[in-house]
Amino acid sequence: MNTSVEIAGVKFKNPVVTASGTFGSGMEYSDFVDLNRLGAVVTKGVSNIPWEGNPTPRVTEVYGGMLNAIGLQNPGIETFVKRDLEFLKGYDTKVIVNVCGKSIKDYVDVVERLSDEHVDMLEINVSCPNVKEGAIAFGQNAKALTEITTEIKKHAKQPVIMKLSPNVTSISEMAKAAEAAGADAISLINTITGMKIDIHRRKFALANKTGGMSGPAIKPVAVRMVYEAAHAVDIPIIGMGGIANGDDAIEFIMAGASAVAVGAMNFHDPYATVHVIEGIESYMKQYGVEDINELRKIL
Amino acid sequence: MAKKMKTEAKVIAQKLLADGIYDMWLETELAEDAHPGQFVGVYPAGKATLLPRPISICEVDRDKSAIRLVYRVVGQGTAEFTLYQPGDYISILGVLGNGFPLEKSEGKRVLLMGGGIGVPPLLQTAKELKTLGKAASVVSVLGYRDSQTFLREDFEKAAELVIATEDGSLGTKGNVIDAIKANSLKADVIYACGPMPMLRAIKTYAAENGMKAYLSLEERMACGVGACLGCICKTKDIDAHSQVKNARICTDGPVFDADDLAI
Repeated sequence: MNTSVEIAGVKFKNPVVTASGTFGSGMEYSDFVDLNRLGAVVTKGVSNIPWEGNPTPRVTEVYGGMLNAIGLQNPGIETFVKRDLEFLKGYDTKVIVNVCGKSIKDYVDVVERLSDEHVDMLEINVSCPNVKEGAIAFGQNAKALTEITTEIKKHAKQPVIMKLSPNVTSISEMAKAAEAAGADAISLINTITGMKIDIHRRKFALANKTGGMSGPAIKPVAVRMVYEAAHAVDIPIIGMGGIANGDDAIEFIMAGASAVAVGAMNFHDPYATVHVIEGIESYMKQYGVEDINELRKIL
Repeated sequence: MAKKMKTEAKVIAQKLLADGIYDMWLETELAEDAHPGQFVGVYPAGKATLLPRPISICEVDRDKSAIRLVYRVVGQGTAEFTLYQPGDYISILGVLGNGFPLEKSEGKRVLLMGGGIGVPPLLQTAKELKTLGKAASVVSVLGYRDSQTFLREDFEKAAELVIATEDGSLGTKGNVIDAIKANSLKADVIYACGPMPMLRAIKTYAAENGMKAYLSLEERMACGVGACLGCICKTKDIDAHSQVKNARICTDGPVFDADDLAI
């Protein structure tokens, strides 16, 4: 039985990776999960300098999921390289670094700083809905997305994944723009912008007022968007959005994803990534699937 | 520190303590390494819920591998917990957080200050301080809204007890600091848990009176293990982990040296 997949020349032992921002750099979850089991660890978004993030409350539960407005708090690239990348060197898993910034130059600084580091791929965050500058500003219109993708491709040594936002009119158009500008792969979906009001306190549940929704409730939206993107472009797709088990992962793969990321479910089940891997294997056994790649984009 | 895990705990007993306050004993291997001031994440079973609810450990019975959770019903998740009966199983994540630094009590006069649902974690703290026997003195100062108090008898067994109620129906009328003043209590070290306004007041009071205060903070949490950065608090200096003036309440806390906080 083969579960390995290849994305832009990088071979993953299985299609299961972590969704950026939900798993730190793997350190905190290494109490629960043998990181060697994972296809890749996708690290939390990192910028050129440390970012403070948003005021609290930053998280709240909603029906079937949660809203977050962390605001991309991160320690900056230097601490990240010394501490987090050093930690990940100890594991036999691929490393995908999620990169964020306020300006194109910010992104390029991080991308260049990583060129000789132990990093297999770069995931460019142009879809975080919780920061005022940068991020989603580059991911909500095709022209801006083309510009940043083109610029990053000029400087990146590793293959580039553009992480797309679902908060757009046409995901196909955004996927095509990323592909035309040279992206090696795309990942989707980032969180869906939402809001919750605490009617007892008559206040927003989040200090940021709005937050990104994730969790099982958003899965059908994500599957639809992965399907549309897969039928619009030829570059590989990492699919995510509410994946809780092996069956969910198979659904994304059938919709056209080459790999899948587990996000908010890590908070519900710290062993979720391994449970998804085991679930994929048991599905393959049940239906006599020899190679996971046979299932991709069958619809 | 012991490895964290998500595990199934067996409900041993559950009862109503006061209005909206429940008392649940769980049998779990996590009891072995539980330290006063630490907490567990408790998962509602409902399919539409996602996140563990952080609940402080009120008491630990290592001989019976049991922990006691005294919690307030604040939403659908905690409302569901009240339905559990002896023999039921409930998913918990733990043991989480750092706990109170009991070693700071040596030779010191200690005050345990709890407000509302911040009272429970101080019970195990009081019991272990008594067992350790290194503090010069220990007094519990507990604040409640009204005469609907809880855990009073348990605290009386562990240490001297002073009560404050907002409506004055019991003990000193006012808050825990009013109770300290009314009883002329002197101390060197404070361990406290309660609502943010109370913790702020204790931080100021301790600084003005040359005391050390260790405050247990609360915040909305998602992962509970330090990965998501949902539950941060502001710190005076740049934090080594975050590289900004934010610390993670779930892993760097929930207990902080008041001098390190910017609250």
